[in-house]
Amino acid sequence: MAVIVGGRTTPSRRVTGALAGAARVLQRNLLVYRRTWRGSLFGSFLTPLLYLTAMGIGLGSLVARGGTTVLGGVDYLSFLGPGILASTCMQTASFESTYPIMGKISWRRNYEAILATPIQVHHLVIGELSWIAFRLTTMSAVFMVVLTGFGIPRSPLALLAIPAAVLTGLAFSAPIIAFAATRTNDSGFAALFRFVVNPLFLFSGTFFPVSQLPDAVEWVAAATPLYHGVALVRGAVLDAMPSTWPLHLGYLVVFLGVTSVIAYRLLRRRLVK
Amino acid sequence: MPPSSEVLVHARGLTKRFGSFTAVNAVDFDVHVGEAFGFLGPNGAGKTSTMRMIACSSPMSDGELSVIGMDPRTQAAQIKARLGVVPQTDNLDAELTVLENLLMYARYFDLPMSVARPRAADLLEFMQLSERAGDQVEPLSGGMKRRLTIARALINEPELLILDEPTTGLDPQARHLLWERLYRLKQRGATLVITTHYMDEAEQLCDRLVVMDKALIVAEGTPRDLIERYATREVLELRVPEAARAGLDGRLDGLAERIEELPDRYLLYAADGEQALEGVHAREIPIESALVRRATLEDVFLRLTGRSLVE
Repeated sequence: MAVIVGGRTTPSRRVTGALAGAARVLQRNLLVYRRTWRGSLFGSFLTPLLYLTAMGIGLGSLVARGGTTVLGGVDYLSFLGPGILASTCMQTASFESTYPIMGKISWRRNYEAILATPIQVHHLVIGELSWIAFRLTTMSAVFMVVLTGFGIPRSPLALLAIPAAVLTGLAFSAPIIAFAATRTNDSGFAALFRFVVNPLFLFSGTFFPVSQLPDAVEWVAAATPLYHGVALVRGAVLDAMPSTWPLHLGYLVVFLGVTSVIAYRLLRRRLVK
Repeated sequence: MPPSSEVLVHARGLTKRFGSFTAVNAVDFDVHVGEAFGFLGPNGAGKTSTMRMIACSSPMSDGELSVIGMDPRTQAAQIKARLGVVPQTDNLDAELTVLENLLMYARYFDLPMSVARPRAADLLEFMQLSERAGDQVEPLSGGMKRRLTIARALINEPELLILDEPTTGLDPQARHLLWERLYRLKQRGATLVITTHYMDEAEQLCDRLVVMDKALIVAEGTPRDLIERYATREVLELRVPEAARAGLDGRLDGLAERIEELPDRYLLYAADGEQALEGVHAREIPIESALVRRATLEDVFLRLTGRSLVE
């Protein structure tokens, strides 16, 4: 059998570059996903189908009677579809950034094992965000197929909703990874979903325009990533991009950038002692 | 391969502080190529902190440290590429199979699959895990998980293998199999750094060791050296009836080089235990039982680090 322990003549190995290191972390998650992707994709298909049937068609038939001017001149189903796409990305991204990350930090200590190799903390952050981006991309693509089945997209521009939805999800992942890095147990996550993720789902323009809310609440909603994500995704799907799109895009990009750096700092503080 | 004089790990004044707590207080040591070097000490003595600094997973607070000729402060990734680390508690990837654990770990070291596959197969065979290659990790026994963790640490053909309490929690069969495998690695030229609080493990595996206590190195040498220096060749263990203990004051004096009184027995450290026992009989000291044994590292350890419980 081959010599297992290297002699001192072993040539020095290439030091893993930043992207290569992150790619390994992504690869590990894909390896695990190979066993579960069917169920996950089926879920991606079922979620929009249920929401659009129940709320878009069922509830929407009632809403339509009240007129659609406030919805921007579209039927309720068309208004709701892109909103649900952005919110579902937020929820999936949030979930993927809580328990699985916590598990890798402290329950199963995967990160401890990985950091004993040349992989470094910034590779972990970029790799996990890439993995979540992959999940959101496949999910959004399936979602678009369902939206198309309902006849909602107005033009090929609707495809831009996929990157917009992915960006929306990542803008939640990075700060939540940062949050997870500070937790010693999972009790904070239930609160996170109850007090942050779910209220945003309800009040960030998914089900009704934020302009229907009192001004103060409207301003709070406008400060969160979901509001901007919904604006971009809806604009793309309905071929009615608001003139304020650079603002929404800029907000999401800056928010993601800043919170990613915070996630890196906090994860490093947690893992390298 | 006999230990060479070439130094693989060099530490001077190496210190680790966590806030106001000093876990490792200015320790000096050198690990040579090809040797098995042990860190012995009770819990909390600073062994693991020292190991983590060598493994570049914990930044040093002060002092000087070089690992494979490099500086952990600036070349951590390059050093890690040439190390194998076996942590105290297994951190295998529970979502991957046995084989995938090795292959994925090889990828973290940037090894191509064409190299990783045959190497993983060899390691599984070496660690007697070939039959479990396709299984999930969770149902494996403690000994198997440990062997897989060691196999994983060898996937990059490390020049230095760091093992933190490699056999803690294993049953005797699993421990002996592991010792035998580690011994074979050593014979192939591996340099091992091991922490343990099992004295038999240290005597089995270590060419040289240091004893740590309260963040300091309190002794250094080969197991034989340490026994000669801090114990005697033999130990006579005496049990005395409870009633006779009170009247025993001073009657054992002069029978051994050193006498230690424990709650349940007396330890007489002497070059010749039988001779000491004859002395006991000659003085007509009432005894319940007597046992003469060779001194072990455990005697050294207890002498240096005390008998009080560390928790």
